[in-house]
Amino acid sequence: METSFTPLMSLAGGALIGLSAVLLMATLGRIMGATGVLTGVIVPYTRSDWSWRAAVLAGMISAPVLAALVTGFRPEISVPGTPLMLVVGGLIVGVGVTFGAGCTSGHGVCGNARLSPRSLVATGVFMVATAVTVFVIRHVVGG
Amino acid sequence: MILGYLIGLIFGTGILISGMANPAKVLNFFDVFGTWDPSLAFVMGGALVVTFIGYRVVLKQPSPLADSKFHLPTKHDIDARLIAGSAMFGVGWGIAGFCPGGALPALGTGNASVMIFVTALVVGIWVATWAGRRILVAA
Repeated sequence: METSFTPLMSLAGGALIGLSAVLLMATLGRIMGATGVLTGVIVPYTRSDWSWRAAVLAGMISAPVLAALVTGFRPEISVPGTPLMLVVGGLIVGVGVTFGAGCTSGHGVCGNARLSPRSLVATGVFMVATAVTVFVIRHVVGG
Repeated sequence: MILGYLIGLIFGTGILISGMANPAKVLNFFDVFGTWDPSLAFVMGGALVVTFIGYRVVLKQPSPLADSKFHLPTKHDIDARLIAGSAMFGVGWGIAGFCPGGALPALGTGNASVMIFVTALVVGIWVATWAGRRILVAA
């Protein structure tokens, strides 16, 4: 399925993601990682750590609700995979980001912006693994 | 709390307009030999430039505004756990098309596929956290 190239919207969205990362570091002194936020909410260690992550998660989830109410904007979400692929993919992602200690936001944005060697390696590994997986699914199995 | 909420809102808005919540678009970025859509490079580029410059300014301060110190990752070793975990994450991302940061804000749309993915993601994190503690205890 083709999707249209959206350099300006994607650049603006990326800049907002970066802005949220900078603001979180400037105020609470924390890394803006989706894995860390979600894990901190569902596997709580301490109450103080739980509350800021729950607040960030609530903000994330209400973004499309507010956007729809204020501007009528509804993001396009089209899923090429089957429900089974979502379940299998979700489980593997969950295990992977826990052992890898981060995902696209934590390693890919925040860690790389700090030039963290762990994040540079992690990002390289998951980008290649994703590309190989997509190639195999689309051009080897499905080709 | 309000601060965290507003920051989550900015992150979520960025994810939605960038296209990261749309698996068709995300997967097309990786499909260079098929229906390639390079948009994601612009998401990553925009986020990295802002964060790189912003962190340079922020991390020069003695402490963050609402906490006594910066909580930066303390691990520095590139071990098998980091590499295997990241490789697994990539495989799962390629299968489902969602990464955690793309899927969490999309929960607010009520989309059924997002619900399925995030439920599986939560179970995966629970299982790995439990297994990780067992490995630590065993070692």
